[in-house]
Amino acid sequence: MDTNSGDVMVSIRGVSKHFGHLEVLRNVSVDVPRSTVFGFIGPSGAGKSTLVRTVNALEDIDSGEIWVDGVSVHAPGTNLNRLRTEIGLVSQSFNLYPHLKVLDNITLAPIKVKGRPKAEAEERARALLASLGLGDKAEVYPTRLSGGQQQRVAIARALAMEPRLMIFDEPTSALDPELIKEVLDAIRGLAQTGITMLLVTHEMHFAREICDRIVFMAGGEILESAPPEEFFAHPRTQRAREFLSAMLDR
Amino acid sequence: MDMNWAVIYQNLPLFMGGVRMTLTISFMALLVSIPIGTVAGLMRVARSRPLRAVAAVYVEFFRGVPLLVLLIWIFFVLGRFMRLGPYWSAITGLGIFSGAFVAEIVRAGIQSVPRGQSEAARASGMTYFQMMRYVVLPQALRKVLPPMASQFIILIKDSSLVSVISIVDLSMVAKNLVATTFRSIEIWTFTALLYFCITYGLSQVIALCERKFRMDH
Repeated sequence: MDTNSGDVMVSIRGVSKHFGHLEVLRNVSVDVPRSTVFGFIGPSGAGKSTLVRTVNALEDIDSGEIWVDGVSVHAPGTNLNRLRTEIGLVSQSFNLYPHLKVLDNITLAPIKVKGRPKAEAEERARALLASLGLGDKAEVYPTRLSGGQQQRVAIARALAMEPRLMIFDEPTSALDPELIKEVLDAIRGLAQTGITMLLVTHEMHFAREICDRIVFMAGGEILESAPPEEFFAHPRTQRAREFLSAMLDR
Repeated sequence: MDMNWAVIYQNLPLFMGGVRMTLTISFMALLVSIPIGTVAGLMRVARSRPLRAVAAVYVEFFRGVPLLVLLIWIFFVLGRFMRLGPYWSAITGLGIFSGAFVAEIVRAGIQSVPRGQSEAARASGMTYFQMMRYVVLPQALRKVLPPMASQFIILIKDSSLVSVISIVDLSMVAKNLVATTFRSIEIWTFTALLYFCITYGLSQVIALCERKFRMDH
């Protein structure tokens, strides 16, 4: 199959990775079509986070190949900095820059990496903040915000680069239960814009609701890949059935 | 005890000249040690092994040699070849010496910035240099202000050693006055007080910086 074909945004081909003797990814292959939301679920240590982090090369791979919009991510000559401007990352721990105000957190990369004029970057940042219900937070420092607010700022910061692909790596895992909803709402709103998304999550109901496809991983392998209705109603593997009953009965 | 504080008053201009020299040498050495220390600190955490090795040799060597020996060596050996003279020998020696300690402080500061920060920066497409410049160093330098203050105070006090290469700094002025007036208690007490005023002033300035650059607004 042509990996450059226009309708595939992310193509992961036979990717394996070791941490020492531990095999964290075993011959993983998956194609993510443009404008779809792929949910990666599975037990802790399944390799979900590692897998999505190989997509923007925050993690190396030992073998295999990954293509993002026609660019081979791990090929020697690839301009990773260029590629990463196209891929937004929102991770579990927010990682906002504590020495910068919210507005400057958002405009830093657009100004310094993409060379956008300051006024233009700030205007866009304010619009993003407003759309995420944070219009009044532009001038405060991140430590003044709740976890849910910080994570929404992190989403705004990623979107400010106008990415073609968004990666959410357990975006609500570090949040208090009552703050999860506001972040999920923000992600849901984003999913409706048609941007391609990779979502690692333990929020089963949410994954079922917004994902176009569920990828179930365990032990570094993809055990199932199916549309959410099919996966949640009729998981094919014993491992997925166990996992789902444990997660949904909580 | 028989005290005569008039000796201080009568020689005030000499003392002030010494204070001026101590301040100048210390300040110039500070200006040398900050960039050297920052660069060496960055090299200590670089991915390149040769860069790390060069920085490690620099830090270990200059941290391990007594300042007195270093000043004399620079003045008589390096100073002779490069025609440095006592003034520039003193600044070079103090600056390089202090830079080794600054490097370790900067390295500790960089390593105290959580990994997620550099990861977020790289994930947004920043180069390694941009990540250091805009994300890691600004946080690291804020965190190391207190140990940096201590280091700069030590630098000012260490500057009293430059008198061995014939710089007329505050301690040299005191030594000379004691030799001519024999009023050692008055003169050394006043000298200690002057050093204290200088270092206390500096620590107040740094405390001000700490308040200004706090991250938990």
